[in-house]
Amino acid sequence: MTNTPLLLTGIAVLAVGTFSLRFAGPALRSRIEIPEKAQQLLAAAAIVLLTALVATSALTQGHGPAGIARPAGVLVGGVLAWRKVPFVLVVVAAAATAAGLRLLGAP
Amino acid sequence: MRSIWRTLDRGLARDIALVCLADGVVGLSYGAISVGGGLPLWVPILLSIVVFAGASQFLFVGIVAAGGSPIAAMIAGLLVNSRHVAFGLAVSDVIGGGWRRWPGSHLMTDENVAFAMGQDEPGQRRAAYWAGGIGIFVCWNVGVVIGGLAGSVITNTDVFGLDAAFPAVLLALVLPALRDRRTRTAALVGVVIALAATPFLPAGVPVLLALAGLLFYRADKPALEVAR
Repeated sequence: MTNTPLLLTGIAVLAVGTFSLRFAGPALRSRIEIPEKAQQLLAAAAIVLLTALVATSALTQGHGPAGIARPAGVLVGGVLAWRKVPFVLVVVAAAATAAGLRLLGAP
Repeated sequence: MRSIWRTLDRGLARDIALVCLADGVVGLSYGAISVGGGLPLWVPILLSIVVFAGASQFLFVGIVAAGGSPIAAMIAGLLVNSRHVAFGLAVSDVIGGGWRRWPGSHLMTDENVAFAMGQDEPGQRRAAYWAGGIGIFVCWNVGVVIGGLAGSVITNTDVFGLDAAFPAVLLALVLPALRDRRTRTAALVGVVIALAATPFLPAGVPVLLALAGLLFYRADKPALEVAR
């Protein structure tokens, strides 16, 4: 199918690039003094990114909507987590809801 | 390193183990989908060890298996992983300095970053980050090998609802941080931006655009309080 040297090059560059992206933060932080307010902003930035990741991975698939089963499962998990139900149950309930709805024919 | 395991409290250790296990099952489906899509077994395994970032790996093998260029797959993967820069800035003191920065950076995932941010005490943050990172690395790679060997037998773990478990895990992990009103406002604005951008932009970019929500981070106006 595709040629192996090109595939290896793609993987190598992705690996080096990904590591550089991950390493950039810690490398920068050790070199410069960051004021307290900026540190709070960085912590908030991580939460904003993670929350956006939750929303896009729960509600979308590719460039379109993700159907019903997955968002419903995430919603159930989210409500349980908000009610401080043990983590294990949050995960199991989310998966079971989505699986159950698919069994019933929901997209 | 031994002190990390001592610091970890039992409830947290159990939660981390559960996430590692779930990641292992997703790794299984990733390995199976890659091989089922016609790629040689070494491709998904090599990606998992040297790239170690689930979303970008799925994207990479998806593009290549569909006959796309590995260069395009690489660019897409890098776009998806660019959020790690902000994560690295946020968790750098959790990773620690010196030699730890190398393995610590490679072990960075959405899950262990969220685990670390969810702890109040510095020792617990460090323990959650490292235990989560190492555990996920091991489980993910073991899962990928098993899934790849199982080949086309299991191609779709959506039947088990695992695609819903993942956003739910992350949601449970960020909920405590969202109790802070300023963070919550910024996150909600970010979510709206990311969702609105998803139909039009390449994977990974909408999530990055969510950072624009930070412009509202200091919005302490009463009007917003009412609107909420």
